[in-house]
Amino acid sequence: MSTTTAPAAEITRKSRNLVEMNWDPITRIVGSLGIFTKIDFENREVAECHSTSSIFRGYSIFMKGKDPRDAHFITSRICGICGDNHATCATYAQNMAFGVRPPALGEWIVNLGEAAEYMFDHNIFQDNLVGVDFCEQMVKETNPGVLAKAETTQAEHADLHGFKTIADIMRALNPFTGSFYREALQMSRMTREMFCLMEGRHVHPSTLYPGGVGTVPTVQLFTDYLVRLMKYVEFMKKVVPLHDDLFDFFYTALPGYEKVGQRRILLGCWGSFNNPAVCDYTYKKMSDWGRAMYVTPGVVVDGELVTNDLVDINLNIRILLGSSYYDDWQNAETFVRTDPLGNPVDKRHPWNQTTIPRPQKRDFKGNYTWVMSPRWYDKRTGHYLALDTGGGPIARFWATALAGIVDIGYIKATGSSVKIYLPKTATLPEVEFEWKIPKWSNAIERDRARTYFQAYSAAAALYFMEQAMKELHAGRTATWTDFTVPDEAIGCGFHEAVRGVLSHHVVIREGKIANYHPYPPTPWNANPRDSYGTPGPYEDAVQNTPIFEENGPENFKGIDIMRAVRSFDPCLPCGVHMYLGNGKVLDTVHSPMFGLH
Amino acid sequence: MPEQIPYGRSTQRPSPVPEIHIVWMTSGLGCDGDSVSITAAMQPSIEDVVLGAIPGLPKVYVHNPVIAYEVGDDFLKHWYLAAEGKLDPFVLVVEGSIPNEKIKREGYWAALGTDPATGQPIPTATWIDRLAPRALAVVGAGTCATNGGIHAMAGNPTGCMGLQDYLGQTWKSKAGLPIVNVPGCPVQPDNFMETLLYLLYQVAGLAPMIPLDDQNRPKWLFGRTVHEGCDRAGYYEQGDFAEEYGSPKCIVKLGCWGPVVNCNVPKRGWMAGIGGCPNVGGICIGCTMPGFPDKFMPFMDEPPGARLSSNAVGVYGRAVTALRSITNHTVNKEPKWRHPRRELTTGYSPVSY
Repeated sequence: MSTTTAPAAEITRKSRNLVEMNWDPITRIVGSLGIFTKIDFENREVAECHSTSSIFRGYSIFMKGKDPRDAHFITSRICGICGDNHATCATYAQNMAFGVRPPALGEWIVNLGEAAEYMFDHNIFQDNLVGVDFCEQMVKETNPGVLAKAETTQAEHADLHGFKTIADIMRALNPFTGSFYREALQMSRMTREMFCLMEGRHVHPSTLYPGGVGTVPTVQLFTDYLVRLMKYVEFMKKVVPLHDDLFDFFYTALPGYEKVGQRRILLGCWGSFNNPAVCDYTYKKMSDWGRAMYVTPGVVVDGELVTNDLVDINLNIRILLGSSYYDDWQNAETFVRTDPLGNPVDKRHPWNQTTIPRPQKRDFKGNYTWVMSPRWYDKRTGHYLALDTGGGPIARFWATALAGIVDIGYIKATGSSVKIYLPKTATLPEVEFEWKIPKWSNAIERDRARTYFQAYSAAAALYFMEQAMKELHAGRTATWTDFTVPDEAIGCGFHEAVRGVLSHHVVIREGKIANYHPYPPTPWNANPRDSYGTPGPYEDAVQNTPIFEENGPENFKGIDIMRAVRSFDPCLPCGVHMYLGNGKVLDTVHSPMFGLH
Repeated sequence: MPEQIPYGRSTQRPSPVPEIHIVWMTSGLGCDGDSVSITAAMQPSIEDVVLGAIPGLPKVYVHNPVIAYEVGDDFLKHWYLAAEGKLDPFVLVVEGSIPNEKIKREGYWAALGTDPATGQPIPTATWIDRLAPRALAVVGAGTCATNGGIHAMAGNPTGCMGLQDYLGQTWKSKAGLPIVNVPGCPVQPDNFMETLLYLLYQVAGLAPMIPLDDQNRPKWLFGRTVHEGCDRAGYYEQGDFAEEYGSPKCIVKLGCWGPVVNCNVPKRGWMAGIGGCPNVGGICIGCTMPGFPDKFMPFMDEPPGARLSSNAVGVYGRAVTALRSITNHTVNKEPKWRHPRRELTTGYSPVSY
């Protein structure tokens, strides 16, 4: 079977002098990831990359036989930074399986909670974790020439964010001592308070249930949320131009930087924020209510929207074993032969997956990770696409922009861009931001989209607030609908975890969970070479990344690789591991005359 | 006679221990939710501790992979130094449960870093074996680390367990401290940072031995039940129970385990007094407890023991509610002397105005 991303970097040219370098663990992400690379310092590029995850927990195994109503409480614990995305996605799957539709107000409360999660999580990741890769301390260690240039480069939007030069922005990003680092950290707390108002607790919600929420909808609840939201809206008016200035600087300071973390445009987005007027959680109408989501689902290949139909998206998910530590399930039970519309369901679909762990030695020529390789089958070409999520926002924007459906006053998808309107706040006038489809799917554009999506989430929350208040003022205060658990049912939930696509698939038999498979973004991004040899997106994006760092192998930090990997917002409790050894030359292969030892 | 303290900066005694390291492992079977929790804490915040905003404490270096500046071996060198006794004194914080690596032939369930000799991952359990004996104190952050938690539920493939199952109930650090358990799924942000702060005070000689209960939990945090701190307990007393989620009444009949769970969250809120569990409409699923999760599942059914007590309170509750309703009616009326008429009826009799 042909594949779409050629593993070209596996072919090591004879003349190459490759240095094996590994980073294990990758820090400033959530979870356990190692990146193992071979670097060609003469040609200043990464020749080969393996990504590995060092944790196995076994959710799909220990959930078997449990009460299906417990699924969202349990699966929230998959992730400690976006657990609520899992809990929410699980309730979507439960709602479908139980045949229950929450009251509109319950849905708006969930949307407000999830919007707060995006506002919090993108904020802390961008400015307290990724931001450190762009801070003064780091740039001084990796690219003193770039820092010198930053000192003399005026920030275009200095009047909006208050930092005169790009180096001032970088200083503000220094961990703990930087003023913007600390402001962002504080903002990440206020947004988590917003989250707690709607869903009880961060990060594992207490008030979320199948059928709706237990949150008590009072005037006070929404007032408390709104005043915080408006502070965040004001913050966004500084943050978006600040990041534009910083990211644009890297393109000009380091010509060719667009190649860092670049890969073919292969993006997946499973949609976010259900519209209670349309979403009835039935599988049969899933295509319609999927398109009515306030972030439009979609698969984007080479800049073209292949589909935005959730049924289509669902049926073409394939889980390949790849180079992971699991046995195949070809001989295990087939749980779902056809979907409720009568379409055949593949044996490699999550509904039919059986997880059989096989712990073993790590072997980069064989199996080397606990992450399987999810792929999306493109029936036009017969390819198993290694879609990535780009850390979430870039895929959400791309799919939403191309579909051109979302139009809610504060947000408008135009077909080639997404416009975001933020109203007047305490000290700043109204503004419009426009995210435009970029030329590349690369590290800088993934990071830029993240900032813009923070603004998108705030704008969406303004709309959800208005809708929730309408319900409250009209006296429609129910937030939860009762249900009974059927003996036999199937369900699926589609959502966007902060860092990208999220699906939960459940099979219920005799009132218990017979099969449950969550697919979060990280397995999509962090997976290893699949059964056809196609590398996973991290591997693909890091391979052939040019090296701009000024350090040689002796004190190499791998900053360009770090920026490439972190642009995906790795979150490994969901599923990775990269390896480049602290600037030490661990091994050289080929051409010993270069004499690196 | 209190100690005479002279005015001025000389009162700020430097800590007898000038520096301390926090070596924080997130590589158990967890979700990093407890690390994320510490970034939410404000009492104190992580930057309060790292930047020295609390007087009298040693300089604190936190080595946590979620927030670390360094990557890969630059980061792991602190682990190697700690294992060699070259990072003393340090506190070891463990997050996530510890899988049983003895139940399989080869490979690993959970690991951190790569062994340079073999090229294979270093199991989390190996790191605990190396670090625990050298640590001043060992702290379990979150229920996975303290007792096993979600990943240790029935039917799990990894045989994972909490720190005290792994090291032993009676284990003591080289400084004589038992394992300090701060459970919660995830840990309540301020509960954890406050416990850490207490231990830093103790290291600085400013506090006596940390008071722990029989489960090695800080007594001041886990000495009360959810119910005792819940603002919905008044509904319980009146026998007024919610039939549906979204009601402001007591939700014990909808699956809340609050009356028997040790936790301060309804009292403290989740962040800045906001959020929580039954106080805001979320059933208590017992996430701080050693029996979590199995002994509380299925979560959304009324706890078996609750039926008897909630029925018993019903008769008394209805009577009390009726009486209170009468009184409530009375106190909702103003006294009769507040009026705009041309006469004073308050009871005061002036000679003249």
